[in-house]
Amino acid sequence: MSHKVIVPIGPYHPLQEEPEFFRLYVEGEKVIDIDIVIGYMHRGIEELSEHKHFDQVTFLVERICGICSTSHPFAYVNAMEDLAKIEVPERALFIRTIIAEMERLHSHLLWLGLAGHFIGYNTVWMWSWRYREPILDMFEMITGNRNHYAMMKIGGVRRDIRDEDIPILKKALDDLLPAVDMFKGAVMDDPVIKARLKGIGILNKQQAIDWCVVGPTARASGINIDVRKDDPYGAYDRVDWNVILEKDGDIFAKTIVRILELYESISIIRQCLDKMPKGEIDANIKDIPPGEGIGRVEAPRGECFHYVRSDGTNQPIRHKIRAPSYMNVASNKIAAVGGTISDAAITLAAVDPCYCCTERLTVLNSATNKKIMNGWDLIKLSQKKTEKLRKDLGGGDKCKI
Amino acid sequence: MKLLFNYLIFPGFLFSACIGLIAGWIDRKVTARIQWRVGPPWYQNFIDIVKLLGKETIVPEGAKLTFLISPYLGLLSLILVTTILGKSVILPLESFMGDLIVVLYLLVIPAIAIIVGAASSRNPLASIGASREMKLVLGYELPFILSVVAIILKSKGAIEIGQILNHQINFGSNLFSWSGALAFIVAIFCMQAKLGFVPFDMPEAEQEIMAGVLIEYSGLPLAIFKLTKAVLLYTMPLFLIILFLGKDLSPLFIVLKYILLLVIIILIKNTNPRLRIDQALRFFWGPMTFLAGAAVILAGLGY
Repeated sequence: MSHKVIVPIGPYHPLQEEPEFFRLYVEGEKVIDIDIVIGYMHRGIEELSEHKHFDQVTFLVERICGICSTSHPFAYVNAMEDLAKIEVPERALFIRTIIAEMERLHSHLLWLGLAGHFIGYNTVWMWSWRYREPILDMFEMITGNRNHYAMMKIGGVRRDIRDEDIPILKKALDDLLPAVDMFKGAVMDDPVIKARLKGIGILNKQQAIDWCVVGPTARASGINIDVRKDDPYGAYDRVDWNVILEKDGDIFAKTIVRILELYESISIIRQCLDKMPKGEIDANIKDIPPGEGIGRVEAPRGECFHYVRSDGTNQPIRHKIRAPSYMNVASNKIAAVGGTISDAAITLAAVDPCYCCTERLTVLNSATNKKIMNGWDLIKLSQKKTEKLRKDLGGGDKCKI
Repeated sequence: MKLLFNYLIFPGFLFSACIGLIAGWIDRKVTARIQWRVGPPWYQNFIDIVKLLGKETIVPEGAKLTFLISPYLGLLSLILVTTILGKSVILPLESFMGDLIVVLYLLVIPAIAIIVGAASSRNPLASIGASREMKLVLGYELPFILSVVAIILKSKGAIEIGQILNHQINFGSNLFSWSGALAFIVAIFCMQAKLGFVPFDMPEAEQEIMAGVLIEYSGLPLAIFKLTKAVLLYTMPLFLIILFLGKDLSPLFIVLKYILLLVIIILIKNTNPRLRIDQALRFFWGPMTFLAGAAVILAGLGY
């Protein structure tokens, strides 16, 4: 009996917080194929960014993602500092690292809670979000905001960490440690969680390489990839920490990687607080020279990449962003097929997807609901536009474009 | 007239629904407290039902008549169980021959009603939910009936609830014997599955199939299903109390025992993730059936 049914997950579904569409083709309970459709939330951030001046873009890219809200500005300022060859004060680097690692803490705790929710374990959900709350409070204390911290600035950071805040922050980290121990125990020792997570949604090492996954998704498959180690930025080369690797590639491994990374993050923040030198926090940049720069940051979900090009004015003429989920979401095609619907629910969530960051433009014909524009069409369109501009500007070799 | 009163008011529909809704509130409140939340006020479940009654009933295109009939079928048969159980607690001598068998049969009907209703709604998610519910019923019925058989054997072959209660009054509660304890463990898990609580809530798994079996229901039929669940939350623990803890059934003790069972249900619900349907089947046909079989053998040997 072969009876193919389509189970839609999305565009609006309790499983995911953001609009996206997974079309699961199922036979009984078994998923035999999956279609991934994204593009419901395209906001044109890159285009917007090209109409703002360099300092405003820092705030704009912060809005790309509500969870990695410091990774994007971090990558952007890295790109700008690469472009303008800026020497950032030492203290600013440490503050950036502390903020980035605190973001990793709250992001991983958030994912852990969601993962619990997706396998029907609401107690884990509520508990892990409860222990995430003190970290948000620390953010509020240091930066004034719980979610969009606005700490990054080209050439430094916007606010200093006051000396009297440091003991409070250390105390919060000390309080978090037993909670992380508890979650580690709860996940590693619970036979029911093991039964649900072990051996499902497997992405082995070769598949992970083929599908170019990044971040914890790749590290759970045994790929030693971490921008913080491979291409150190911030103060990551000044502190001592380890890249967490698992080799199974299943959901359980992904969970373990994220939980163990919590320990590393806590250790990094502690070391940074101890080693942080006194001094300036801002290099006071006035002008951005023409040129191009790239910035890479290990966001909680993986490598976040920003490319900025400047022509000497106060606006970027090109700003290219690649969020980590863009690489990871596609790997669901391998991981979710072959499992059951129950497995698919947690597998789709296990890459810690963030769809808003990922969206690309798609053009649909509303009558036939068919895609009328894909990547190649866009390239052709762009060539046509260049051709038109050439003609308008007089054409010939002297033309600027 | 008296029968109608028993069926509709006490100990039937009205009484059991009220107790069930209050128990549902206890469940929600305790769950909320465990999860560091505040939880709803005590009348929340009542106003939920009242609100649903005021909503429009939407019938999906092409749905069969069974879509609307099945909720009532489930509730009516469940109330019958509640009435039989309630009456035999109050007047153990008035129970009739074989009422235990009737109760076992009627307890399956709500699950079947859900399956029929979901299958006739023509929604693929509902049909997946229905197939899960069907597998779940197949899973838990065997160990559940075996654990009841163990009690029947312990009570010298009585298939009458009154006699089982009498036997416990004379010889002590069934729970405090080897076979009774084993059968009780099995029955607890089967009760959890019958109630459709975590870890056995896969027919309704909201994160996977969006409330599955209930996805197409709205308004009155949905309220009826919710009421059925609420009454079940009263009936199943009561049934277990009668089978396993039937020594002292004075009002105070029955309330205490009921709360004990409710606490067990809530604890299991809050300390487990949802199982996959194949894991649930393996769990019931493997360890649970084995335990229940052991209980039957022990009961046969007189332990």
